[in-house]
Amino acid sequence: MSDKMIVKATVNGEECEALVEPRTLLVHMIRESLHLTGTHIGCDTTSCGACTVLLDGKPVKSCTILAVQANGREIATVEGLETAAGLSVVQEGFKEEHGLHCGYCTPGMMMTVTALLEENPDPTEDEIRKAISGNLCRCTGYVNIIKAVQYAAGKKEGAAA
Amino acid sequence: MTAATESTVNGAIGQSPKRVEDDRFIRGMGNYVDDVQLPGMLHMAIYRSPFAHATINSIDTSRALAMPGVVACITGQDLVAHGLAWMPTLAGDTQAVLATDKVRFQGQEVVCVIAKTSYQAEDALEGIDVDYDPLPVIVDPKRALDADAPIIRSDLEGKTDNHIFTWESGDAEATDRVFAEADIVIKLDTLYPRIHPAPMETCGAVADYNKATGKMTIHLTSQAPHAHRTLFAMVAGLPEQKLRIISPDVGGGFGNKVPIYPGYVVATAASLLIGKPVKWVESRTENLMSTGFARDYHMEGELAATKDGKMLGLRANVLADHGAFNAQAQPSKWPAGFFNIATGSYDLQAAHCKVDGVYTNKAPGGIAYRCSFRVTEAAYLIERLVDNLAHETGIDAAELRKQNFIQPEQFPYKSPMGWEYDSGDYEKAMNIALELVGYEELRKEQAEKRAKGEVMGIGFSSFTEIVGAGMSKICDIAGLAMIDSAELRIHPTGKGVLKLGVQSQGQGHETTFAQIVANELGIPYTDIAVEHGDTDHTPYGLGTYASRSTPTGGAATAIVARKLREKARQIAAHLLECAPDDLEFDSGTFTVKGSPEKSKTIQECVFGAYQSDLPDDMEKGFEDVTYYDAPEMTYPFGTYICVVDIDKGTGQVKVRKFVAVDDCGTRINPMIVDGQIHGGLTQGFGTAMMELISFDEDGNCFGGNFMDYLIPTAVESPDWTLGECTTPSPHHPFGAKGVGESPTVGSPQAFVNAVVDALHPYGITNIDMPLSSHKVWKVLRDAGVTDE
Ligand code: FES
Ligand code: FES
Repeated sequence: MSDKMIVKATVNGEECEALVEPRTLLVHMIRESLHLTGTHIGCDTTSCGACTVLLDGKPVKSCTILAVQANGREIATVEGLETAAGLSVVQEGFKEEHGLHCGYCTPGMMMTVTALLEENPDPTEDEIRKAISGNLCRCTGYVNIIKAVQYAAGKKEGAAA
Repeated sequence: MTAATESTVNGAIGQSPKRVEDDRFIRGMGNYVDDVQLPGMLHMAIYRSPFAHATINSIDTSRALAMPGVVACITGQDLVAHGLAWMPTLAGDTQAVLATDKVRFQGQEVVCVIAKTSYQAEDALEGIDVDYDPLPVIVDPKRALDADAPIIRSDLEGKTDNHIFTWESGDAEATDRVFAEADIVIKLDTLYPRIHPAPMETCGAVADYNKATGKMTIHLTSQAPHAHRTLFAMVAGLPEQKLRIISPDVGGGFGNKVPIYPGYVVATAASLLIGKPVKWVESRTENLMSTGFARDYHMEGELAATKDGKMLGLRANVLADHGAFNAQAQPSKWPAGFFNIATGSYDLQAAHCKVDGVYTNKAPGGIAYRCSFRVTEAAYLIERLVDNLAHETGIDAAELRKQNFIQPEQFPYKSPMGWEYDSGDYEKAMNIALELVGYEELRKEQAEKRAKGEVMGIGFSSFTEIVGAGMSKICDIAGLAMIDSAELRIHPTGKGVLKLGVQSQGQGHETTFAQIVANELGIPYTDIAVEHGDTDHTPYGLGTYASRSTPTGGAATAIVARKLREKARQIAAHLLECAPDDLEFDSGTFTVKGSPEKSKTIQECVFGAYQSDLPDDMEKGFEDVTYYDAPEMTYPFGTYICVVDIDKGTGQVKVRKFVAVDDCGTRINPMIVDGQIHGGLTQGFGTAMMELISFDEDGNCFGGNFMDYLIPTAVESPDWTLGECTTPSPHHPFGAKGVGESPTVGSPQAFVNAVVDALHPYGITNIDMPLSSHKVWKVLRDAGVTDE
């Protein structure tokens, strides 16, 4: 294969560098070069969203983006959700509302939700359902995921007030 | 059952503490098989057959071997030398690990490529050249039984047809007699189609052979790590003490991770031969096309009844499509699982069923997808028949069920096909459901809508399940009794560890099993660490599937905790200088009867067990182990009611309301029980409305990826209204029955019954799943209901 390239990106606030083939998918760089295995892979047709990360704040399916496309940009993964201040409200919501069973879809789901609440702090149930429709969960039936999002939205609002 | 004492200890049974396992999952710190990265690890990819049936003339791997990073190409011939080209299945058949003579389904494993990176392994698949001669393909199981059908399993000596087994249950003659006297016989010819569990994490393995110690460690997506260790030992001839299976965090199983797959075997063999760790993780396409599918039951059912709706007898004839190898996962003596639970919740006079298994050129299986061994198909058949009987007799579907339910005083109830139901109160669950859904109003509304030409339906399912295998006298897998175990060790400071033979794929065992200990010993659940999934560190068990963890592993946990409670009682009596019988135990404290000031906590007793001052005849330490062999199965039940509105123009079925009342006996953690029910109902919804693996006549698989195999997203998934009913199991230590599967077993027929109820004024008596808009629209069009 062709020569490797260096990708430099800010990952969860830290400068990172990885040497990858030009064809390397972003999800593989994150998981294998950066060893951030919280981002998962659940399909090969861009259908499941288990690989969702934020690229410059927008949720993307990292299995459908080349690592080199992330060069010079900001990547946020599940590992960066918790800060010195503690769990993010989204993480807290998923635990409090039993929004996960096996946990496989959870990181991608939480990244999508994190982006949703940035853009729309008080989403309706319909808006939540639409926003997470690109993230498949086989375990929960989504009911408690929706409650988790509502919990997080409520907390966020409380903090802002 | 000894009634669960009402404990006030933190996390005792009946409380809903948040899950302890979530702390790692929400941080992205779960550890799934694909997360295992070992130094020097190689990667494996599998070249699969494009044909559904073809002779292999030759396999040439030379181009692949010359490609960058490729370390080895393994063919079936290479495995022959090690006696590994074929492996036994759980059903007593054999399955090709890598095809040698011919391929028998599209996607069958032919060559494994091992390379330095996963990309290189995938690349090298292009360099595999296989010369095939295509053979005639059988996709229809009925065609498989024709005298002139090509023989799929030509490898089996003396095999002259595609028939696998015939299994019968019940009394055929008695059933004939009942049918001869019946006023009405309802017939239903229906296909429970081929679907797939599709857990979000696919199957995979990292095999890690240590040459120096001779130890083989396999990180495996396994629902049954102990049984898998034994099977690996038996099949590969590896010494069992040198085999360690670690099933770490598993991203959903639903039965998909019960069988042993060729990829596991070859990765293990490769690590052994090459001496380096080898990782194989299948893609979603490989998962859907080759690993354990479910159902694919062609069922002909007949229900005999009097004209006033007394149900008399059931007859079922089933053609079971097992694909190219009989790789189904059922207890050994049960080739059609517990399909003979098909009389369900009803008191019938006689019943008989016959199931024939056949080979076709499709992926091998079938596994019990969130199902206790073909119970799903059985529950579907009887519940569909009952709704059709309601339509035929004009008796209300709820009323008809109530008239025919097994009554509470009839338990333990012996069914005409031989099961002894432990307990139940079916009418109670039904009444709760009717109340929750507002049944009378709905029927009125339906009548009004019908008058206006609108299409609305109400569907029922009053299922009875049989779970918790269980009962080693009738249930084993490959000769291994279906027991399960728990080992409990409390350290001197009163905090300890519980080790389980069962394993979790998201069920929350690290929380609920600690709760069982909290309940029995009075130690807060947060003080008990639960370990599972690592065969070197947990006692033996048959694994987690078929809703068996709580009935078996949960029972073992309660019993081992009770043994230790008795030890603590002896210690307390010693410390308080009284007789053990003079002590009362409540929520973690022993108190001398009548002297409330004289007491010892469980923690004090545990500490005592590690001190020098113990009676001479008492062993030090505070630990024990229990292997539990269930005396009976458990029989969860419930009533589900589904309300649908159908768009006449598009055929779209909108689930307006779905009420689910489950009785799973004692609930350990109600929050987790509800979560399980939500998830199972949504899977049942997927089954009923959208999921399907089908094939064209050449055996090309449709439904081999998530663009074609649709599983519910948040947009179409309904909301669920849950109700609760509790009839404790009389034989389980704390009255639990198991819940994981009830919603997938119970719900599909409720959706279908609702749609058939909506359409029966137009003469419709059946539509097979999945009820896609297109299919429903065609039915409406053919019935002249909708415009072109
Ligand atoms: S892995 Fe499924 S969408 Fe990326
Ligand atoms: S929690 Fe298992 S896939 Fe969502």
